Amino acid sequence: MDSKLALYIIKRLALSVVTIFLIITITFFVMHSIPGGPFLKEKSPSAAVTKALEEKYGLDKPLSEQYLTYLKGVLKFDFGPSIKQRGRDVTTVIKKGFEVSAKLGGAAALIAISLGLILGSMAAVFHNKLVDKIIMFISTAMVAMPSFIVATLLLLVLCVMLRIFPANGNEPGGLILPIVSLSLYPMSYITRLTRSSMLDVLGQDYIRTARAKGVKPSKVLFKHALRNAVTPVITYAGPMIAYIVTGSLVVEKIFAVPGLGKEFVSSIINRDYTMIMGTTIFLAALIIIMMLISDILYKVFDPRIQFG
Amino acid sequence: MDNINDMPKKNPLSFQLDLKDFEKATDDEKAQQVRMSESITFFKDGMRRLRKNKIAMTCLVVLIIIALVVAFVPMIYPYTYEQQLGVAQGKRIDKTYNNLKPFEYGETELKRMENGEKIFPHIFGTDSAGRDYAVRVIYGARISLIVGFFAAIIVLIIGVIYGSISGYFGGKVDLFMMRLVDIIYSLPDMLMIILLAVVLKEVLSPKIEGTALAKVGTDMLSIFIVFALLYWVGMARLVRGQILSIKQNEYVLAARSIGASPWGIIKKHLLPNSMSVIIISTALQIPSAIFTESFLSFIGLGVSIPMPSLGSLASDALSGIYSYPYRLVIPALFIWLIVLSFNLLGDGLRDAFDPKLKK
Repeated sequence: MDSKLALYIIKRLALSVVTIFLIITITFFVMHSIPGGPFLKEKSPSAAVTKALEEKYGLDKPLSEQYLTYLKGVLKFDFGPSIKQRGRDVTTVIKKGFEVSAKLGGAAALIAISLGLILGSMAAVFHNKLVDKIIMFISTAMVAMPSFIVATLLLLVLCVMLRIFPANGNEPGGLILPIVSLSLYPMSYITRLTRSSMLDVLGQDYIRTARAKGVKPSKVLFKHALRNAVTPVITYAGPMIAYIVTGSLVVEKIFAVPGLGKEFVSSIINRDYTMIMGTTIFLAALIIIMMLISDILYKVFDPRIQFG
Repeated sequence: MDNINDMPKKNPLSFQLDLKDFEKATDDEKAQQVRMSESITFFKDGMRRLRKNKIAMTCLVVLIIIALVVAFVPMIYPYTYEQQLGVAQGKRIDKTYNNLKPFEYGETELKRMENGEKIFPHIFGTDSAGRDYAVRVIYGARISLIVGFFAAIIVLIIGVIYGSISGYFGGKVDLFMMRLVDIIYSLPDMLMIILLAVVLKEVLSPKIEGTALAKVGTDMLSIFIVFALLYWVGMARLVRGQILSIKQNEYVLAARSIGASPWGIIKKHLLPNSMSVIIISTALQIPSAIFTESFLSFIGLGVSIPMPSLGSLASDALSGIYSYPYRLVIPALFIWLIVLSFNLLGDGLRDAFDPKLKK
């Protein structure tokens, strides 16, 4: 069993490495298919930056050589200078932005998981009662709402009309709304997942046995049922991170949070190609690593699952 | 019991059944065997169950109404989505038409109304460039729906062909094809879309200038291209799984033994039997494509100006959120309604057509 698990982890790891490598390759060649190359478009950047870029990537050299240089740089976590923001290199921008975004995304993920588990269990315990119906109604409505709509509506109601929260992410308490708008969709999704798997588990024989033995209801719920119902939620952890990453692009733009998402969106608008390349690779690698972790955790948590 | 005597006698030494233990069926009993109703096909059965599902039917009606409105209302509407009402040839731009509140009128319109003319009201007002907002919302919904349908059709075609080939031939072909799917599946789709949308905007726009494709816009094209490149893998996996299990059936063996071609078997036996899964998955693909399009429009990679989409309308409204909040709420509400209806309809289809869930 253990050797099988090890083999699975190695396989998954290999696939992730291949994927990250593929993403770097795609990003590089796709961006270079822009006429004039990604670095020298429209108004040419300042002479110093042009020179630095030419030195860094050897733009006169053949494409394959440039690719290898870029690849080497990426492996050393060096994405080169930004072509629109003078004197800043992409790596520093990513690091600085990610500090803020990680806080935002981490808090959103934590809230989504914990509230989702609680609400989902409640809905399952009170199956077909009013509580269940209210929870299901709200979560169904929420799953159909893209993050930017949630964020803009929250901004409209709470900041503009009622003036309870600041509309700017830099002010104290300003991160509350971005976190809420990022966590609502995954929370609703986890609620639905938990509810259906909880209903499944609560119908099992061992739950009845535990109840018949006189185990406290709360203990049956948390120790016997929830532990077994939690596995589908773990598989969702990877996609959830992907959702939060893409969601943070718009949410940070709406609430003016100085995070990586806002940097990414403004680099798209400014056509800052090195920034777009660096950020895409960084975020993609982040998502892939999270997917990997959630897949492995899933197999570790539930030994019944067959190894493929 | 008189008919017992009609039965032939049993040879005491044979292992034959003793027919005296049986009775002939009476006419009444025979009548019970007659089929009273027409036999119901799988599809009809599913539709019947779908029709009983009130939520799904409501959503279907809502979607049909929205589809009819976006298809026909722009034709008869007195304003067009790109027409700036304050701009007339040879005259100065009439700024009174910009940023009208709902049911307000521009200066010249007010004069014409004083003269007894009837003028169609601007139900949702106008935007900052003096364009009628209601028709822009309707047109935006049309764009969103078109994107959703076309993307779903692209995914359907590629996914079904790829999945059925992989599933039917199995073995090394399957192994190779599925590795490719695994890799594509693990690419973060949204980031790849953004990347391609950025690049295609630069690469494609000079090439398609002047052709019919230019009207579609590079961003919409890039959404379609990305769906064709990346999004089909989910469908391919699903179809492959179905085909793998269905091809174990005896009738497939029978078809093969009388010399049916692989493509014939796939078309005649395997695909019709996996239709339910394909329908459900396609129905759920549409809202996801609409989601994607509105997201792209929102971060500034959407359809080309002046064409509106629900996402770009919401994005544009953000700058005027303090003065004109309804301009944000209206497109947001439309996106929500469309996506919710498709989601619930998809759920209803799954309940109706997925035999595993049959009660």
